[in-house]
Amino acid sequence: MSAICSNLHESVSMTQRERPLSPFMLGSYYRFQVTSVMSLLHRATGVVLSLGAFVLTAWLVAVMAGPEVYARFVECVGSLPGRIVLAGIGFSLIYHLLNGIRHLAWDLGYGLTLKGAYTGGTIVAVLAAVFTLLLWYFGFSAGGAA
Amino acid sequence: MSSQDRLRDPLARARGLGSAKHGTQHFILQRVSAVILALLTPWLLWLLITLIPADYATVRSTLAHPVNAVLLLSFLLALFWHSRLGLQVVIEDYVHHHGLGTIAQILVLFACSLGALVSLVAIGRIVFAA
Repeated sequence: MSAICSNLHESVSMTQRERPLSPFMLGSYYRFQVTSVMSLLHRATGVVLSLGAFVLTAWLVAVMAGPEVYARFVECVGSLPGRIVLAGIGFSLIYHLLNGIRHLAWDLGYGLTLKGAYTGGTIVAVLAAVFTLLLWYFGFSAGGAA
Repeated sequence: MSSQDRLRDPLARARGLGSAKHGTQHFILQRVSAVILALLTPWLLWLLITLIPADYATVRSTLAHPVNAVLLLSFLLALFWHSRLGLQVVIEDYVHHHGLGTIAQILVLFACSLGALVSLVAIGRIVFAA
């Protein structure tokens, strides 16, 4: 109760100075939550995957163009920067897929509560970590053999 | 001011832009493409991982297989469609300059259409020249 009172005092004094506008997501005024970070990450990974789509198309064009072009593509993607980019796309794909299923569940009316949002978010975060590590393991062990 | 104008959001009236009446269609198409992608992604990841150590001839003959070609093309068309719908919303939400936003929307539409068409031609040539 005393905390609320001191907050009230503070808010009265705050009318004197510049106050942040809502919701001010960048800066010290905003306290991040699991749900908002996951929502932001869903969009960010979506943008990454939109760029990743063109890597997939480039792969198809390389296969179409012949063995020489394909060898150059494999060399490019297999380089250290290439592998880092692929690892990033891999994480983005796993996260966006799992969180997308969470979104589809919401659209069907499942888990559309505060508790459901946090439970689903935790499940997605754990599964995304596990599946990303599995994908990286299988991807890089397959790539190491080439 | 007509009676219809009074019911509109003041911002929409100021800009002369109202609902295009396509919001529900956008929502549905985004989710339909999402379901297609969610179903095909495990298959695609498996395909890509098996093809990483394979030589060129194996990769090409695998992609030339009708089942793989059709699934791959389904994935890519759904992917570029879903990308366009998603990027459209991102631009709508974060690009507040009307002119810049319009240019960005057109560029995204061009890029995603181009990606889909190039993928279509590439898969077509791989299948028919196998």
